[in-house]
Amino acid sequence: MNALSRELAPMGDAPIVRIRGLKKSFGAHTVLNGIDFDVALSQVVVVIGPSGSGKSTFLRCCNGLEQPEGGTIDICGHRLVDQGVMLKEQSLNALRTEVGMVFQSFNLFPHLSVLDNITLGPRKLRGASKDEAAAAAMALLRKVGLEHKAHAMPASLSGGQKQRVAIARALAMHPRVMLFDEPTSALDPELVGEVLQVMKMLASDGMTMVVVTHEMGFAKEVADVVVVMDAGAIVEAGPPQTIFSAPTQPRTRAFLQAVLSRA
Amino acid sequence: MELDFSPVLAGWADIAHGAAVTIEVTAASLILSCAIGLLIGIGRLTPGRSVVYGGCSAYVTFFRGTPLLVQLFLLFFGLPQFNIMLPAFLCGVIGLGLYSASYVSEIVRGAIQSIDRGQMEAARSIGMSSSLAMRTVILPQAIVRMIPPLGNEFIALIKNSALVSLLTIDDLMHEGQKIISVTYRSLEVYLVIALVYLMLTSSTNYLLQRAERRLRAGGMVQ
Repeated sequence: MNALSRELAPMGDAPIVRIRGLKKSFGAHTVLNGIDFDVALSQVVVVIGPSGSGKSTFLRCCNGLEQPEGGTIDICGHRLVDQGVMLKEQSLNALRTEVGMVFQSFNLFPHLSVLDNITLGPRKLRGASKDEAAAAAMALLRKVGLEHKAHAMPASLSGGQKQRVAIARALAMHPRVMLFDEPTSALDPELVGEVLQVMKMLASDGMTMVVVTHEMGFAKEVADVVVVMDAGAIVEAGPPQTIFSAPTQPRTRAFLQAVLSRA
Repeated sequence: MELDFSPVLAGWADIAHGAAVTIEVTAASLILSCAIGLLIGIGRLTPGRSVVYGGCSAYVTFFRGTPLLVQLFLLFFGLPQFNIMLPAFLCGVIGLGLYSASYVSEIVRGAIQSIDRGQMEAARSIGMSSSLAMRTVILPQAIVRMIPPLGNEFIALIKNSALVSLLTIDDLMHEGQKIISVTYRSLEVYLVIALVYLMLTSSTNYLLQRAERRLRAGGMVQ
């Protein structure tokens, strides 16, 4: 265990994620244009908005997969990025162990069994023994309903199963916050439910979560806060009842109309 | 004109010895080639135009862009001017290894680049350093993809090793030439030598194909 992780003591009411003035562009194209945002302990934040609005980039900034040019991000009281300067490599790696990430395309390690996918991080980074890590991984697999797939290779799993393993893999590091980048967008419709079910369970366990998704039902049911993004900025944010029934911004109304009329 | 293989067959012990030397030279230079090729290949993947990237690119440019024979002669006949006298066998191994490494590095680079970016991101998001992610996640997958092009390179290495006969190394080629100098049976000797090289290259090919099949069956490839 490293010094940084030991320092991460309870922080009272301080937000788990604190973002101020976040700016990011790819070349001449501005993707994030000044985002201010907090995520409190055990809060479930769902980020919605049209494609190209910067949702995924915003999420990827939160664990340093993208390097923003401006603004600050604090995770668990540690400054991840300050005006374009990232935390030093070693501290960045330590901080990332506190931030779980689930990707749209699962990104399971195809050369490792389901069990080894989950135990790799704890063994290499937390110093867990093979047996300890395996026992913890089996508990997580039970939680996501895939105990029987422990020794399967990822290629033999369905998309929904892969994503549940990916969630277990992230949870194995005992993160303080989980980031979900469109976790169900690559799934066949009939497999979406099983993944959302696991995410709901996590939310009810009190996990702090930031979820980028197009699943409006999930947002309505599970979110504490819904954030609407458009053109690299937060259009409005509030409890799902307000956002879905009484949005104040015309851009929110236009987006919701387009999405909800689809069904 | 009729073919007479009897003088060649009489020298079978020399040919066997030569084949053994060829295998030794090739195997040693193969290890050198893979080790250096891996380092150079990864060095060429460092972000930006760093010193490491520049050095590795210069390496590939030189060793891939000049004839192997010239490189071997530089080591064997050139270095003694600085009073560096390496044994012929070592010159052969180093020369072949450095030359082949320039090709292997490109194979390594291509294979690593072909692994989906999401793999590195997933590994980094768990908190792995880039070198740990490279060792535990990227390379194990990339190595499987390296096998077919590496097979080509290994076979080229076996054939190129015939050039070390010019450094007085008693390899297969050299032993053949010694037999010819006594028997004047060039055609027969070179035919037999070619056959022995063919046996070496095809068994290498066979072993690599088996290795690839086993790795694929083990689920190493998506």
